[in-house]
Amino acid sequence: MTEPVLRVRDLKTYFVTEGGGTARAVDGVSFDLYPGETLGLVGESGCGKTITSLSLLRLIPEPPGHIRPGSLIELEGRNLLTLAPRDLRAVRGNRLAMIFQEPMSSLNPVLTVGDQIAEGAIVHQGLSRRAARARAMEMLQLVGIPDPELRVDDYPHQLSGGMRQRVMIAMALVCHPQVLIADEPTTALDVTIQAQILELLDRLQRELGMAIMLITHDLGVVAGTADRVLVMYAGEVVEGASTPDLFAHPVHPYTEGLLASVPRLDRPRERLSGIPGTVPAASAWPSGCRFHPRCPHAWDRCRQEEPTLFEVGPGHTARCWLVVEPARRRGAAAP
Amino acid sequence: MSGARWFAVLAVIAWSALAALVLRQRFERRGADHRGPGRRFVRARGTLIAVGILVFFATVALVAPLLTPYRPSLQLDIVRLQNAPPSWGHPLGTDLYSRDTWSRIAYGARVSLSVGTLAMLLAATLGALVGAAAGYFRRWTDAVLMRLVDVGLAIPRIFILLVAAALTTHLPLATLVLMLGLTSWFATSRLVRAEVLSIRERDFVASARALGGGAWRVIFRHVLPNVAAPLIVSMALGIAQVMLLEAALSFLGVGVQPPTPSWGNMIAEGRDQLATAPWTTIFPGLAIVLVVMALNTVADALRDALDPRQETP
Amino acid sequence: MATWLLRRLAAALAIVFAVVTLSFIAIHLAPGTPFLPGDERAVDPAVVAALRARFGLDQPLPVQFVRYLGALGHGDLGLSFSQRRPVAQALADAVPNTLLLAGTALAVDLLLGLTLGTYQASRARRRVDAAIRAATLTLYSLPVFWLALVLLLVFGERLHWLPVGGIRDPVLSDSAPFAAHLADRLRHLILPALTLGVVGAAGTARYQRAAMLEALNQEFVRAARAKGLSERRVVWLHALRNALLPAITMVGLALPFLLTGAVLVETVFAWPGMGKLTADAIAARDYPVVTATALLASVLVVTGSALADLLYMAADPRVRAPDA
Repeated sequence: MTEPVLRVRDLKTYFVTEGGGTARAVDGVSFDLYPGETLGLVGESGCGKTITSLSLLRLIPEPPGHIRPGSLIELEGRNLLTLAPRDLRAVRGNRLAMIFQEPMSSLNPVLTVGDQIAEGAIVHQGLSRRAARARAMEMLQLVGIPDPELRVDDYPHQLSGGMRQRVMIAMALVCHPQVLIADEPTTALDVTIQAQILELLDRLQRELGMAIMLITHDLGVVAGTADRVLVMYAGEVVEGASTPDLFAHPVHPYTEGLLASVPRLDRPRERLSGIPGTVPAASAWPSGCRFHPRCPHAWDRCRQEEPTLFEVGPGHTARCWLVVEPARRRGAAAP
Repeated sequence: MSGARWFAVLAVIAWSALAALVLRQRFERRGADHRGPGRRFVRARGTLIAVGILVFFATVALVAPLLTPYRPSLQLDIVRLQNAPPSWGHPLGTDLYSRDTWSRIAYGARVSLSVGTLAMLLAATLGALVGAAAGYFRRWTDAVLMRLVDVGLAIPRIFILLVAAALTTHLPLATLVLMLGLTSWFATSRLVRAEVLSIRERDFVASARALGGGAWRVIFRHVLPNVAAPLIVSMALGIAQVMLLEAALSFLGVGVQPPTPSWGNMIAEGRDQLATAPWTTIFPGLAIVLVVMALNTVADALRDALDPRQETP
Repeated sequence: MATWLLRRLAAALAIVFAVVTLSFIAIHLAPGTPFLPGDERAVDPAVVAALRARFGLDQPLPVQFVRYLGALGHGDLGLSFSQRRPVAQALADAVPNTLLLAGTALAVDLLLGLTLGTYQASRARRRVDAAIRAATLTLYSLPVFWLALVLLLVFGERLHWLPVGGIRDPVLSDSAPFAAHLADRLRHLILPALTLGVVGAAGTARYQRAAMLEALNQEFVRAARAKGLSERRVVWLHALRNALLPAITMVGLALPFLLTGAVLVETVFAWPGMGKLTADAIAARDYPVVTATALLASVLVVTGSALADLLYMAADPRVRAPDA
């Protein structure tokens, strides 16, 4: 069994709110990421998935946020949370890279794309400007941008959205990182471009052998690309399974709700179902199981006690009392 | 200065501090400032002091006779009290003509503050009207008005005022206020125009028009109230700018004419005695600095309170 | 880009033309005649009539306006009463001195202000930032002429470190070495240039701090940090490049301040520039000079702001190469 390239244990990222309260945006998240695999992190906005990804690179603004002591983030055996600033910078963009949702705003508008890609090679690998420029052109080629010798001197506003996202990917991969975190990489793009970008990520993963953590709210994206999926809700992981398992045998009612709300073309027309209620504010998570106000199966225990992650099957966990008391599931067939 | 006067001055200082505290309670800033204790500390205390300073000078201007033992143009003992340094009897010294500096500053507050405020009000009104008209009616009105504003902004204000002053033998106070107001509205109009342009697209304007409101009615009742926030901030800054301009003009001899004291012409008169009696120059200048600083600080605080979208520089 | 350029130039010319017209009107509103300040009644009416005819003042206004424009085209700005020579000559003597003063002040303003503002933004909301903010607020609120007087008092009168006025030492012999002359000029330039420059820098720093904070709030800054770049590189290369663009517009706005300040500072330091010329002319009610300097000042402001816009266009790649 190979070692995970990234180990996260009990990650907690809290924010101080305006009124003086505490928003527990990420409240005890743990997972492993293995080399060469794609891990999907799924959830609605407000569930803490983006904060989780930013925490990995320690990009959380220090006031008002902070990562609680007791959290562990280990990349290739090194604890990122105890690294000195200089060592941390050597990791960012080099061993652990990140691409963001909005490629237009994530690229500096007054620098050429070539300069921005080359920068990583210059800073981390000590390449000369000329060598770095050549590497930038190689990367542009790698991510499938035609005429890289011409594009390398373009400014971000001169490229289309899809091309800009490819540039972001090139920028992130220039130093061949072990892990790539992709935060909603396709959300801002057209559907056809989405497919191309996902395919590109897939190809690059195979060619470069890196692990990818794919963060999205779109289950369709996850179904096509991820090997394993983690579902987040209210700052916690509520279910984790391999992709086929999750889609075929979801356990947590939230996951079921998410799957049910995806419009289907292969079924007869029916009302779209949603999950009633809204995501609670991070400063006031509900007591007991955080999903209980919106859960069709909730009973007293759910309101009072918070469940831990129970094992449902091999490689499949769920944070739900239904795992322990399956009879409580409403509409379940009598045993 | 007699004990009673000293007491009166201290009373005004105490009243200013109290008023500042009360006002601060009332206008507790909405919008968060959770970004670090350092900034919050400076902000809160700075604004408090600023409001206190403004209340102080406004009160001094109002009740000057109660606080000053001498009339500002009263020439006291011209032999022994000429250019006398600060002392108990004359807390801020006397000037070349043996006039008490403190009294002149107190009466000068009346002139400088009222000129500043009145001129600013004129400029703000003009600027708001022109800006609203340009932003609301657009096309020709906008084009013509904004070209006018461009010309107005091209000539530095002091030059316009100097030309006006050169054309007459002297500028009476009312004319001075008028001229200051007429030359200070250009930037405000651009500001208001920008706001109006964005507001006019909003739905409530469309519904007001659909309900049959005439253009100016819509402007006054619906559009302008929403422009109030940046306008108020620019008004606070405007008073500061006009005061500095009036001081400069008085310093050059074309603003407020002696013997009426204005902080600017006091500095001019003190200039020749700079080496022997620097207090006649320093104190009026200090008064200007304090009021202008206070106005700038209050403008910043107002910007925070009224328009949380706009980050204060 | 070319069309924008033409339109911008046309707008600038239109403004200058409007100002010229205004100055013509101002000259003709003046009491007295352009060659006899004040009251005409003291002079024999026949002489006045003859002079008027000679100077074409009996012509209808539009004709006079055309002649005025023609004269301007030749650089003829009229005659100064108080100096008894052409205004153009007086200006030619004075303007270079003002350019020296204003240029130095602008350099101080930009170097100090931009650096300070950027530094403040990188240490935002900490004590250093708060302290600098208090300092810039104070400097920004000082009347320029008062600061000039205070500096004059301290450094000139009390400490005797620097001269109390003028542009050079009249006693320094011509045969003295160049270095001595240079040092002398610099000593005279320091106080006036610093007065203007420091007050300007305070305003620039406030502005630049805001611009930098906004730049630092942009997403690409977070992406740059995610690449593992040092904070220094992120602030001084990535963020600053963006924040400098609005700073260029600031330079355009600095000109009216410098020109206004020149009038006041030159008066205090007896610096023989355009500003002092204006102030002296005001005292003497020499309005050909006053209107001419107003006109020149406006032309400088319009030119400056057009140049600033041009510079902005050249510097911002989004504007320079709009595409895709």
